[in-house]
Amino acid sequence: MGFLDRFFKEPSWGVHPDDHKRPAADVPLRILPTPERVYMPLSQHVGGAARPIVVVGQQVLKGQLLADAQGNISAPIHAPVSGTVFAIGDVTAPHASGLPFRAITIESDGQDRWIDTEQVADPFALAPEEIARKAAAAGVVGLGGATFPSAVKFALGKRLKVETLIVNGGECEPYLSSDDRIMRDFADQVVDGVRLVMHAIGAKEALVGIEDNKPEAIAAMRKAAASFSEVKICPVPTRYPMGSDKQLIQTLTGKEVPSNARAAEVGVLVHNVSTCAAVHKAVRLGQPLVERIVTLNGGAIATPGNIYAPLGTLVADLLAFVGLKGDPARLILGGPMMGTPLAHDRIPLVKGASGILAFNAAEAATPEAGPCIRCGTCADACPMGLLPMEMAAHIRVEDFEGAEGYALGDCISCGCCAYVCPSHIPLVQYFSYAKGELMAAERVKLRTDATKRLAEARSARIEREKQEKAEAAARRKAEKDAAAAAKAAAAKAPAKDSGQAQGETV
Amino acid sequence: MLVSVGSLSLMGLALGSMLGAASRYLAVEENPLEAEIQAMLPGSQCGQCGYVGCAQAAAALAKGEAQVTLCPPGGKATAEALAAKLGIKVDLSAVVDSGPQIADVTEEICIGCSRCLKVCPTDAIIGAAKQVHNVIREACTGCSSCVNVCPTEALSLMPIPVTLQHWVWPQPASSAS
Amino acid sequence: MNENLGSPVAAPYTTTSNNPGRIMATVMVALAPSTLYGFWLYGWPSIYLWLITIASAMLGEAFFLRAMDRQASKALTDGSAILTGWLLAVSLPPWAPWWIGAFGGLFGIVLGKHAFGGLGQNLFNPAMVARVALLISFPVQMTSWVGAAPLFAEGSPGPLDGLVILFKGIPAAFDAMTSATTLGFSKTEMSRGVDLLQSAAHAPALSMIGERAGSMGETAAWLIIAGGLMLIIKRIISWHIPVAMLLGVALPAVALNAYDPAHFLDAQTHLMSGGVMLGAFFIATDYVTSPNSPAGRFVFGFGCGLLTYVIRTWAGYPEGVAFAVMLMNALTPIIDNHFRPRIYGRNRKGLPLQVAD
Repeated sequence: MGFLDRFFKEPSWGVHPDDHKRPAADVPLRILPTPERVYMPLSQHVGGAARPIVVVGQQVLKGQLLADAQGNISAPIHAPVSGTVFAIGDVTAPHASGLPFRAITIESDGQDRWIDTEQVADPFALAPEEIARKAAAAGVVGLGGATFPSAVKFALGKRLKVETLIVNGGECEPYLSSDDRIMRDFADQVVDGVRLVMHAIGAKEALVGIEDNKPEAIAAMRKAAASFSEVKICPVPTRYPMGSDKQLIQTLTGKEVPSNARAAEVGVLVHNVSTCAAVHKAVRLGQPLVERIVTLNGGAIATPGNIYAPLGTLVADLLAFVGLKGDPARLILGGPMMGTPLAHDRIPLVKGASGILAFNAAEAATPEAGPCIRCGTCADACPMGLLPMEMAAHIRVEDFEGAEGYALGDCISCGCCAYVCPSHIPLVQYFSYAKGELMAAERVKLRTDATKRLAEARSARIEREKQEKAEAAARRKAEKDAAAAAKAAAAKAPAKDSGQAQGETV
Repeated sequence: MLVSVGSLSLMGLALGSMLGAASRYLAVEENPLEAEIQAMLPGSQCGQCGYVGCAQAAAALAKGEAQVTLCPPGGKATAEALAAKLGIKVDLSAVVDSGPQIADVTEEICIGCSRCLKVCPTDAIIGAAKQVHNVIREACTGCSSCVNVCPTEALSLMPIPVTLQHWVWPQPASSAS
Repeated sequence: MNENLGSPVAAPYTTTSNNPGRIMATVMVALAPSTLYGFWLYGWPSIYLWLITIASAMLGEAFFLRAMDRQASKALTDGSAILTGWLLAVSLPPWAPWWIGAFGGLFGIVLGKHAFGGLGQNLFNPAMVARVALLISFPVQMTSWVGAAPLFAEGSPGPLDGLVILFKGIPAAFDAMTSATTLGFSKTEMSRGVDLLQSAAHAPALSMIGERAGSMGETAAWLIIAGGLMLIIKRIISWHIPVAMLLGVALPAVALNAYDPAHFLDAQTHLMSGGVMLGAFFIATDYVTSPNSPAGRFVFGFGCGLLTYVIRTWAGYPEGVAFAVMLMNALTPIIDNHFRPRIYGRNRKGLPLQVAD
């Protein structure tokens, strides 16, 4: 009974878009020839930008530290190619705004000479903290797209005594297959990384969630994990957004993460499969994160597939490698559901970039938005159980607090609502706009408070200075008076004495 | 007919007098609006509105004696918020909003006279006599008090540059109603 | 490569090919069998009335959009005006005069929909607004029912007779066709002091097939259910409103009929007569005017059913679907506010879940 499955077997949330993963997913991994120049951004992670420690003109080897982590939540940056530091300046960020950010440009010498790395034969003999330290030093961040520094998450998991490590191999975004590819081609690295992460956080079991539209990856991972009973490969239904942390946790463990809490507080921690492979390289081989697998897909690409490329490679170089069938109508970093629009192709590949999509005109065509007919399809699709149409109605009239009343803050921007909307209303943009405005209002409030404090401090200071001046003046006057009095007293001393004598005589 | 007319009139009369009584006996003595408005103003006491400080400006706004567009550092956003609070409709399209601005010292021209230090309401300018001064960006409110006293025009207001951290998504272009 | 400047557009960059026009078209397809059955059952006058009602609804939409300086052609193709006209037409007495349809179509679109701000903004179901307005203004024409007069059957009006009926009223030759509905008949008899047990013998027969007096498209219960099931399977509507509405009518009917069969009609009669079926699957389920959470939809549907039963049983009108739906439409914002879906990571009250230690 095929149609009954729709009512009983599938999760009640989410959507099922055409995945467009094949044929790109089945094409063997290709390695990008070292580009002439790479642009290594200082800010490829959540948290503080890295601080450059190289100077222009300096020779660097592949894997050499370029910029050090700065602050508690930050990650270092390493050279993705060997060569010369050419410049430290601004490049366009892979960000919807198209604003610039700092990057270190390296001119490749074409030799790809690695720096000496410290290999560890038995990393399980190391202390858990040492694994976290090595991952941090290698600049490993969440490669699923969140780019949160992994070592910080390890420490959190250790502190909150997380029992279960969830490994995210969901890759629910259409078109993308970089995680699929890493599980097919490097399953042993992934499984070793999973065990290292378990060691680092002290977890007892690992559940690897893989959507059941990737049978090859499931088979490869099962084979690699066969001798490790603590690593369980769990196929999950293909349903967008299965790769979202909260939905995957719910599907695999039945647990729900409270809306104001972190996953670790319910005893689970989620890491992406690519992150685990990066941890394997960082800990066992001592190699920092300088390369990644990126999917190049979309109708405008001649030979779609997965490419192993150094970080900092320009999107233009990647597109040239796979070939274009005419000008792409739209460039996207990431998947089509949650990706970031790219204004042009002179933008570097960053750690969190799982895919670059070049859409042709047909794929990029967006139907014109119409009025909301309150069909409720968006609410049925929302994996968080929110009411997108109500929030959008409030945001349209700039009532951001009203939208917050419908738990706008719980929105994960997965795009399900806008995807299913029959009127094609850009719901996610409404929510992003409102979240941005609310954040800006919060910043203004903080600033106003700070201003008030400063203004009060100033008036207090002026008051204090005035008082001190007055006191000083008074003191001086008093001293002067005292001195004068003393002088007068000294001069009048005999008279006083005589007076006393007089008094005594009275 | 007469009964219904009579009963309706009676009801109206009774309810009306209740409202009247309520407005007299339950009236709020102090104007709470004033405090709320003051909280919305920048609070730097820069005096550009023509009042001595933000508290006085708030009092004038609450009494309806001042325009909601009185606060240059607050800009369009503050004017909008004030208009909403006071329930008045103002055409703000005429208000030129250059966005939030902060003061900036052109170091080549600064002679280190330290006049700006004395007028800055938030102590956002550092420096000493005969030394080039500098603006602490986080503390500056863009009130332009310093710009007015600078003898060499070394001080000017610059729009705060939009950064990746501060950029926000624009409203969707096709906001169909 | 061209620089894609200007205001950025947020994800998602893919969408479905669904659109309001397609949804409306699917509903029309689901509605078509029972309407076609109505055409067959009541003959040419009903076909003409259907055409006139839809035409006037579209005219109203076009006129209003033109007056508002909006593009009329685009909005007309989304089919919402056609559907409103259609739903109104199938809830009219099949041999009603032409101006009932014309006035109803215009009234529904202009006052029921555009006065509230157009598609998606109306509080009340436009078709039901029009039907209630017509019922209150023209009670005679709106309660003049005819029995079966199948197309091409002996004694049924032909195409020309149909036009005469539409524009000049029912001629004497067809007077014998007029008939009463079960609900109307029982109500009249009860008011004369004849209880249901006595009047049952003469009451118009119920028919699952739909051969009875009633509105144009409300009689063929099985075709309406089939259409409704199609909409549920195609996920155009959810099952909550139809099921809850039918329960809302059936439960009190069962209970009170068991208590006193002489004064309360049985559940089967209630479900099989009047517009309950049409209302449950096609009218109460209108997106714009019904709640959008499953729980809310259930409450809404049950309220529609219960109010229908109450109006039929105790109020002056023999039929109450239109009134019931409109009353519940008015409650939709309140239902929406009280029956929100549970948010992931929060309890039913909307507070964050507690972390279990």
